[in-house]
Amino acid sequence: MASTPNAAMPAGLAWSPRALLRRLRGADEIAHLITLIAAAILLLITALLVYQLWIHSAEARHRFGWNFFVTRTWDPVAGEFGALPFIYGTLVTSAVALLLAVPLGVGGAIFLAELAPPKLSSSLTFVSDLLAAVPSVIYGLLGVFLLVPLMRTTVQPALKKTLGFLPLFQGPAYGIGFLTAGIVLAVMIVPFVLSVSREVLLAVPRDQREAALALGATKWESTWLVVVPAGRIGIFGSVFLALARALGETMAVTMVVGNNPKIAASLFSPGYSIAAVLANEFSEATGNLYLSALIELALVLFLLTFVLNGLARLLILITTARGSGVLPT
Amino acid sequence: MRIVKILSVMAVLLALGTIAVAQGGQVLLNAAGATFPYPIYSKWFDQYHKLHSNIQINYQSIGSGGGIRQLLDKTVDFGASDGPMTDEQLKQASFPVLHFPTVLGADVPSYNIPGVSAELKFTPEALAGIFLGKITKWNDPAIASANSGVKLPGDDIVVVHRSDGSGTTYIWTDYLSKISPEWQQKVGKATSVNWPVGLGGKGNEGVAALIQQMPGAIGYVELIYAIQNKIAYGHVKNQAGAFVKADLASVSAAAEAASQSMPGDFRVSITNPEGKAAYPIASFTWLLIPAKFTDATKRDVVKDFLKWMMTDGQQYCEALAYAKLPKEVVAKEMKAIAKIE
Amino acid sequence: MSARLIWRKSLNVTMFSLTGVCALITVAALFFILGYLVWNGGKDLSWNFFTRLPVPVGEAGGGMANAILGSLKLLLLAALFGVPIGLLGGMYLAEFGGRTIPFLVRYTADLLNGVPSIVIGIFAYTLVVMPMHHFSTLAGGFALGIMVIPTVLRNTESFLRDVPTSLREGAFALGANKWRTVATVVLPAASRGILTGALLALARVAGETAPLLFTAFGNRYWSPGWMQPTSSLPVVIYTYATGPYEDWHQQAWAAGLVLLGLVLLTNIVVRAFLSRGTSFERL
Repeated sequence: MASTPNAAMPAGLAWSPRALLRRLRGADEIAHLITLIAAAILLLITALLVYQLWIHSAEARHRFGWNFFVTRTWDPVAGEFGALPFIYGTLVTSAVALLLAVPLGVGGAIFLAELAPPKLSSSLTFVSDLLAAVPSVIYGLLGVFLLVPLMRTTVQPALKKTLGFLPLFQGPAYGIGFLTAGIVLAVMIVPFVLSVSREVLLAVPRDQREAALALGATKWESTWLVVVPAGRIGIFGSVFLALARALGETMAVTMVVGNNPKIAASLFSPGYSIAAVLANEFSEATGNLYLSALIELALVLFLLTFVLNGLARLLILITTARGSGVLPT
Repeated sequence: MRIVKILSVMAVLLALGTIAVAQGGQVLLNAAGATFPYPIYSKWFDQYHKLHSNIQINYQSIGSGGGIRQLLDKTVDFGASDGPMTDEQLKQASFPVLHFPTVLGADVPSYNIPGVSAELKFTPEALAGIFLGKITKWNDPAIASANSGVKLPGDDIVVVHRSDGSGTTYIWTDYLSKISPEWQQKVGKATSVNWPVGLGGKGNEGVAALIQQMPGAIGYVELIYAIQNKIAYGHVKNQAGAFVKADLASVSAAAEAASQSMPGDFRVSITNPEGKAAYPIASFTWLLIPAKFTDATKRDVVKDFLKWMMTDGQQYCEALAYAKLPKEVVAKEMKAIAKIE
Repeated sequence: MSARLIWRKSLNVTMFSLTGVCALITVAALFFILGYLVWNGGKDLSWNFFTRLPVPVGEAGGGMANAILGSLKLLLLAALFGVPIGLLGGMYLAEFGGRTIPFLVRYTADLLNGVPSIVIGIFAYTLVVMPMHHFSTLAGGFALGIMVIPTVLRNTESFLRDVPTSLREGAFALGANKWRTVATVVLPAASRGILTGALLALARVAGETAPLLFTAFGNRYWSPGWMQPTSSLPVVIYTYATGPYEDWHQQAWAAGLVLLGLVLLTNIVVRAFLSRGTSFERL
């Protein structure tokens, strides 16, 4: 019996034990195998991650189905869980962060890539890289004790006075809330936008600039009308990358967002984000349904960042590949 | 091959770390749960460690909900909670859990009304109405009638509550459920509920901060927290019809009233008790101990600690503003310790 | 000069000044953060802070020696778990890989690198803490290690690829097989860059809080061995900053300063000195 399946297989197939052993004779083959195993562990871990999130969220997925994404009740007592307030909060805080960070980051990148002398440019980028290394919890610490009081006493009242006619800036000033979380996030993602955008701009071929300047354009015109459009897709890529960071950012947001699963138009009102609710409630969720609802939220967050990261890499790849393809060296 | 060298040095360190464990005799216990008794628990575990230097009880204040969940997941040796476990939670547990009351706490209605410095008096109806969102102005007759002589403004009431799962919330909603059928039906009692109105603050300090910043705000915080941070809070009308301010004496009185009818498993609610001097929104806080330990050393340590806590340990309570356990309760608990196997 | 030209010239100056301001704001943020932490946390740093255990709430003195040691132990585990896998995996991509598998591995590494750290924490909880019924240094180190792998892997790959072909050809010409070439010629040539990348990856996870909340948990005391919950600087900062006690807030500032100092120092030293001749070099 045992020999039948073996006989059915082609004799030279690599998977039969003897052939495998023969292949392993050389040190090269052993090295190949060992490194392959290491690479496979990475795949295994990622697959396991998705699997764990999938099976542990089964109860919530079956119970709520697609309604999970459109329900806004989060009621642990009644066992009703909807993800909408968290998805909303995650998107709003990230949007605020992008609105602030993208002009700042791209502007800074233009300065560093086009105007600053190389020495200055590289040391400033060095500092910006250091800023990216500051731990999230430190941002949270400063957020809680510095930014929140400042927002409450100064920034939010001022915004209310000047832009209070917009629904975005109405309601009481608590200090905590969407806007504050967005600002903290903005500071955290600026270095990513700046660093990647600078790289992308530097990759734009020199002769394009020179051509524009030779036609009589000012330096700014050559930058804004030629270089930036050439790096456009790469800059979009950096924005997506920053967005993926902002969506998954946990500690700093948890500490300033207000932790209240409500959907409100005002940026002043306290809200919640997916990552923050996971940090707050994961260790205290009693009951299997509650827990699996939280794990489903983790799955949602994973998928969101998965898609965004894929897009970002693709965009950056397109521009830098095109840029370097043109370069003579 | 610098990297390989560095990695091997690290591996040696790892091995050394493992050997360091081998020097035995140490008993390490892990516990997690309620934040409100954290000051007294950290004092107790610290003192106990000073008496028995080989015993470390690591208590992490992650919240009452967390204490119950981690106990059920068996990731800690015992838990702690400001609200007793529900029947459903006990059923869910794969092992029997015993409740041991340790100290007493109380929730106080804390408020911020510009221009009002008098201590307000709250009837149960007024509190339920405010938290259900039915009473929305400070000069509503339901509030004003109990506070003759205080000029209340017509400002909007802003309700503030906890956003995290908390024993403080359990006590508050337990009280509201007892005095208001509508609350019980609509909201219920739990460590976190779906609030009809209001803003959420994280932790006692989050609620306190919101109250202090918002004119017209009312919320509930732990008595200890209100005392330590000098936050204004009101009197509450108890079952006997007297307005009582929360303090060590009135909280103890609530416990006395309930300790006569203490059930065998200590899962008792002492909100809205009888007795003229009793403060109505008080509660025990519990340690949640598994009835069976697989590790005999750990079991003996827990038993010994509980005995010490209920005798010598009680001396640290009042300095930290916790009300001591009534004597009857201590006597009952001493007997219950024998149930731990 | 025509009015149009003046307009264009002044636009040139204005816009570039604005971009300069953008760059300045970004860079100033770092100095502001550092300065603010020194100002708030500096006064609470004392010898005790580095050598003593925490004391009960409300008592004076006490330090965070256990959190500092705990953080180091977690990093040690993360390095031992994450670096070898990343290193070997990167070697596979650069030296041995075919077509489909390397594409898959590369893509997965980038994906894993972008997974929010809180999700990694939940993963480590379901995979390690739940079955073992114990919060532990091991679980925390595992979570951090996962976060180290993709960075080390991609760095290793790119630095190995940067090694000139002539070096390899030289070794082949001397009769070395592929394995010997990689181990004795290519890897040493790339080691500076790989080491830089690994240390930066470790510096990054040193400040991670979210993956430790449900894995390493917390501990009031020293955490002997690897199977006990342990305190760590980032988690202590989070707990203390959001706690209700004033002396906790003070300690959170001091701990924040220590953590930031360690992370920045590692970054500066590694980037400024070790990164010579690698693509990390900026100064």
